[in-house]
Amino acid sequence: MVSAAATAGLAAVNPSEPALDGAVLTDNRPVRPLIRLQGVHKVYSNGTVALRDVGLEIGQHAFVSLLGPSGCGKSTVLRLIAGLGDLSAGRIDWPLSRVDAGGVPDRDLGFVFQEPTLMPWATVFDNVFLPLRLAGKSRRAMRDQVEEALAMVHLEGFANAYPRELSGGMKMRVSIARALVTRPKVLLMDEPFAALDEITRFKLNNDLLKLWQDNSFTVIFVTHSVYESVYLSQRIVVMAARPGRVIADARIDAPYPRDDSFRTTDAYNRYCRDVSESLHRAMETPA
Amino acid sequence: MTGTDTAPAAAADDLDQPPVFAAAPKHWTEAAWARIGVPILIGILFICLWELLVYALGIRRFVLPRPSMIAVALVEHFGSLMASLWYTLKVTFMAFGLALIGGVALAILFVQSRVLELALFPYAVILQVTPVVAIAPIVLIWTGLDNVYLALLILAWIVAFFPILSNMVLGLRSADHNLINLLQLYGASRWQILRRLQLPSALPYLLGGMKISGGLALIGAVVAEFVSFSGGESGIAWRIIESGNRLETERMFAALILLSAAGVTIFMVLHGLQHLALRKWHESALKREN
Repeated sequence: MVSAAATAGLAAVNPSEPALDGAVLTDNRPVRPLIRLQGVHKVYSNGTVALRDVGLEIGQHAFVSLLGPSGCGKSTVLRLIAGLGDLSAGRIDWPLSRVDAGGVPDRDLGFVFQEPTLMPWATVFDNVFLPLRLAGKSRRAMRDQVEEALAMVHLEGFANAYPRELSGGMKMRVSIARALVTRPKVLLMDEPFAALDEITRFKLNNDLLKLWQDNSFTVIFVTHSVYESVYLSQRIVVMAARPGRVIADARIDAPYPRDDSFRTTDAYNRYCRDVSESLHRAMETPA
Repeated sequence: MTGTDTAPAAAADDLDQPPVFAAAPKHWTEAAWARIGVPILIGILFICLWELLVYALGIRRFVLPRPSMIAVALVEHFGSLMASLWYTLKVTFMAFGLALIGGVALAILFVQSRVLELALFPYAVILQVTPVVAIAPIVLIWTGLDNVYLALLILAWIVAFFPILSNMVLGLRSADHNLINLLQLYGASRWQILRRLQLPSALPYLLGGMKISGGLALIGAVVAEFVSFSGGESGIAWRIIESGNRLETERMFAALILLSAAGVTIFMVLHGLQHLALRKWHESALKREN
């Protein structure tokens, strides 16, 4: 079992020592990460310990999945990275981002929720335009940028439709277009495809991978599906519940571009088996 | 037009059946005829029966006039009754307008400030649950008998105000929490969250409140007129009291018909407004096959 874990690049991590991700300079000094979490604790007001001592470093143009059973705090990590909610202890840094006078980093991110979270009274165009409108941009000046975002998710021609008129998969595409319309450095996705049927999910997985390869943003992808995380990610951070903590950090070294044929390869199956095993250990390991 | 017409090939595969929105029917269906025709038929039968029974039993005119006599009275007094109705409607519209402005403004304040809501909401409830008939004499003393119009306005406003306030507060609070997070993520100000998210979310609730409130404003105006009857002014309720005093029962019925028609019209207008505002996106305007 140990050797199997080794082939998949699995390693139990010491939570106080952040797992390094990403490129290494020629002189072996690690480049500065895009996001760094150090000793992050989160305790809810009812006393629940959502996260205990989470350390993580995520590099530029990485595709990282947070995988774990429900209640392991993976969504909480994502929300804290987004700046939603306060840390109980620890810190989250954006070493590569500008910081304003109040010490708040310019996070420059897009967020995709589990639900499409669209405004039902607004057309697809206005939904995607929302982040730009909030930034004070005019509709006329941004028309091309919004249409470009819609084209990225293959929704040309739906600008004037209302969310109600779209299928579940199309609504999720609108949500992704809205997250990408500001051309962010980071795309945070909180189980975005969990509510979709498998065929639609596979298709959106492929579209997401293509978008990630064609652009330079980083994806942090929360999921509870081993198969989805292995298919998409360069790296999988496995988390355990009660209290929420990181227990393994796996590298998926299969080359990109990946397509549906990757799902049938031996390597894919081996990765899935190894990640499943560490997930099971996650469920059994007491805090 | 739905999105299906323009679906590009790339996205066509994840199209399931998009829901169809209510549109004007191309031809009158049997159901539509039944919905309008059956109540009219029942009404005609009822009026015929009424006419016959009153005639056959020899009921006296001031106890229950025949429908034909009511019709004659309606035509005869149409001018003066309409003038009185207009007086009452002016109070109604004014009270409704003020209730709308006041209710929406106060609801926005409540949602912005928890303290303000805790401090004031109980008093709004007290105002609502105290019967308007009981408040009327005090209000009349305050405004003075030479200023009855203002008293009517205040009383009708009290009745119309609460449904708008409570529905609007509920609507503002029911904005999708993830959407609020999303707006915060993009650094939206409180005003932007209100303008872009909370107000549109509250619209269906507000329109529902307006439908209740519109009818209540008319009821409030009429009840206030009854209570503050002075003989000098000329609202439709005063016409009813006056006719009753003179035992002109058919004129009472004629006034009642006009009052009901006004109430129905207010409801229909607000219902139409609701349909216009929500037909493109809201669940309630959706037509389903099953």
